[in-house]
Amino acid sequence: MLAFTLRRLLLAIPLLIGITFVSFLVIHLAPGEPVGMNPDDGVGQIDKQTWELLRKEYGLDQPIAVQYWRWLTRVVRLDFGRSFTPDSRPVLHKIGERLPVTLLLNIVEMIIIIGLAVPIGVLSATRQYSAFDKITTVFVFLGFATPDFWLALLLMILFGTQLGWLPISGLRSMNAEYLSFWKQQWDFVSHLILPVTVATFGGLAGFSRYMRQSMLEVVRQDYIQSARAKGLAERVVIGKHALRNAMLPIVTILALSVPGLIGASVIVESIFAIPGMGQLMWQAVFERDYPVIMGNLVIVSTLTLVANLLADLSYALVDPRIRIAGRRGRR
Amino acid sequence: MKRVVGLLALAVAVAACGADVERGTEPVTAKVEKADHGDTFIEALLGNISGLIPNVTSDGASHEVANNIYTGLVTQDRELNIVPDMAESWTFSPDCLDLTFKLRRNVKWHDGHPFTADDVVFTYETMINPKTPTAYREEFKVVGSVEAPDPYTVRIHYPQPYAKALLSWSMWMLPKHLLASYAREGKLREAPQNRDQPVGTGPYKFQEWRSGEKVVLVATRDYYREGPYISRVVYRIIPSQPTIFLELKANGIDSAGLTALQFKRQTDFPAFRKAYNKYPYPANAYTYFGFNLKDPRFADKRVRQAFAYAINRREIIEGVILGLGREATGPYKPGTWPYNPNVKTYPYDPARARQLLAEAGWKARNADGILVKDGRPFTFELMTNQGNEERRKIAEIIQASLKEVGVQVEVRIIEWASLLKEYLKKKRFEAIVLGWGIGTDPDQYNIWHSSKTGPDELNQISFANAEVDELLEKGRSSCQQAERVKYYYRLQEILAEEQPLVFLYFRDALPVVASRVHGVVPSANGIRYNFPEWFVPKALQRYTAG
Repeated sequence: MLAFTLRRLLLAIPLLIGITFVSFLVIHLAPGEPVGMNPDDGVGQIDKQTWELLRKEYGLDQPIAVQYWRWLTRVVRLDFGRSFTPDSRPVLHKIGERLPVTLLLNIVEMIIIIGLAVPIGVLSATRQYSAFDKITTVFVFLGFATPDFWLALLLMILFGTQLGWLPISGLRSMNAEYLSFWKQQWDFVSHLILPVTVATFGGLAGFSRYMRQSMLEVVRQDYIQSARAKGLAERVVIGKHALRNAMLPIVTILALSVPGLIGASVIVESIFAIPGMGQLMWQAVFERDYPVIMGNLVIVSTLTLVANLLADLSYALVDPRIRIAGRRGRR
Repeated sequence: MKRVVGLLALAVAVAACGADVERGTEPVTAKVEKADHGDTFIEALLGNISGLIPNVTSDGASHEVANNIYTGLVTQDRELNIVPDMAESWTFSPDCLDLTFKLRRNVKWHDGHPFTADDVVFTYETMINPKTPTAYREEFKVVGSVEAPDPYTVRIHYPQPYAKALLSWSMWMLPKHLLASYAREGKLREAPQNRDQPVGTGPYKFQEWRSGEKVVLVATRDYYREGPYISRVVYRIIPSQPTIFLELKANGIDSAGLTALQFKRQTDFPAFRKAYNKYPYPANAYTYFGFNLKDPRFADKRVRQAFAYAINRREIIEGVILGLGREATGPYKPGTWPYNPNVKTYPYDPARARQLLAEAGWKARNADGILVKDGRPFTFELMTNQGNEERRKIAEIIQASLKEVGVQVEVRIIEWASLLKEYLKKKRFEAIVLGWGIGTDPDQYNIWHSSKTGPDELNQISFANAEVDELLEKGRSSCQQAERVKYYYRLQEILAEEQPLVFLYFRDALPVVASRVHGVVPSANGIRYNFPEWFVPKALQRYTAG
């Protein structure tokens, strides 16, 4: 098991370097220069002399390979450089202040998605073609088809302007500092309700479908048959014997969906004016703020790789065949 | 002058003249009303601000915030006249070469230090330091010398007369006692004053900046002019236009710029009229239909004039921006001092257009009804940039109007960067629909002078006229407004006659402000010029804190 973990960890390193290299290349190939630095934009821009000084300072006058090598050697020492925007702040600070909100949102989403998708999937699988199954099927297609931003606007209009129950955007009310402790907590939570709902809706649809599929597959297996033959209660057959096996593929899909969730944050954070990573990334891309873009990418890809690794590990933990197959493969 | 790129057009609110106020049910407030202190004003910014030293930033959001923190030696009043701000007075030598400022003696930096002539010299030196990453160096490079004979006098010498000399000193002044070492190193961006401790001389002091969330300013006690009355200004960063509009409808923010559609159709209900006042005023940008004058067909003045007659401007304004704009007769905004109201105009007259085209040799028609000269049908390609609905619609209206007079137009929409790089700069275009932003000074040398037709320069249509060149040169080298008026009046006469562009319209900026805020007076200069004088009567105040 230890060898398996180590091997996977070592494999992750070249993978990460590969990801950063391709990203670095793609970003620099995109037309445009860091904001305010292109003298071609006409009058009102930085003059040629300053532009050259800045390019030199940022190392943009070097070939891409050199730039990448410099970036890589600094990143190895955990120095992600400074942002190109006029605030010139270290990239890690910029990301550090944005990461917690995005992580919080995604973790809450994840928990809600799993908490709802698993029972929905199991119920519609065990009652295949029942009214419940049909209703959830309709709901799932709605969830797939609804664009995030559109749903967000509808909910904002309904709960924000028409009913006035929930705040429309942001993380805190304007007078939040003057509220009592518990009111402040509620204020914060109430700001998260709509964004989490929107972000959950699409994911829920997909996951409940996977869960249903996986469950249908499992209940057809022989060991379920024999569990029933032993005279076990249906609750035990489904809840213990079937569910555990059906959960396996879900774990993998969950890990694979990490980048997707963070990607979706861009839309949700922009519409709801939440100062998270998605928003930071969005703005950085428009400003061609290379250090921030790369810093973001490294963190997102690391998160994805870690999630994949955890998925594989837990898989290996519950399914001995994987460990053994791995060892055989090495021989 | 800056080119207006589609979406950015709404950004800045420094503008024109003769604005109307659409009042809500709130009665018009009397001028004598006593101003109360207190309350919070909440604004929305579309983008995160990029820094707090405006001299090194160049985005609209950063400048909007900085304009409340920093001030300059002069500023512009509601008629766009230049008036003293931190300067008490100024004098020009008769030859326009020497400018002397007398400074106010009661100005203090937010940290209590007195503001003196040394700070002015320091700001100048910072602006011309090549290590300072600023986009506003141009105006200071033409300065010969700046000196401070005593703490409250600044003497500036120009080697040549420079029309924008006075206005250039509206530049935000920076504190020498805090920034001297950073500026010398070219590290202004890394100074703490750029991040969380800005020190200025303006009506508001910095309190807090939560990246991507909000910026909070509070009123200072010892501002040297009237105000400020509103105690706190909060800028909320909301990167989505629809969200800003919904927040406005839910009274979550106190001011926003609307689109024509929102202004006309989506805010016309009692609750909104009660909560907000609308203050439309002409923005400082115009939209035009321009030609490549190197093309022999467009080099003929009669063809350009014919097109001006063939196009119904009123219809364009109604159809494209719902009537919220004014017809343009030249590159200056109606009501501002350089604007000449008596130039040749081109009312919609297709018959006259046909006649002019015939005079230019476009008489015969082919089977499709298209005019033909020397065997070639009159067809051309009209380009505009992607993502600007307004311009796309204009191009289509022009297409239909010119078809009426027998000219076939193909509309082509191209992504902005490649339009600029591949077509405009290389002069590979026949006709365009685009816009120009106009500055607060009437000098338009870079756009109309015949020496400015290079690939990286702004006279992309290759306009060349000896008299215009001379007028532009004279206009930019005089410091007397009365004299400059004459040059710019004549300039507009020539442009109206020549029609190097068909000038279409100046659109309106469409801001709304919460009706509880009093003291807003829309003007040639937009609405923000007197922000420190805005106030909320005690009975209407909404936020007690601060």
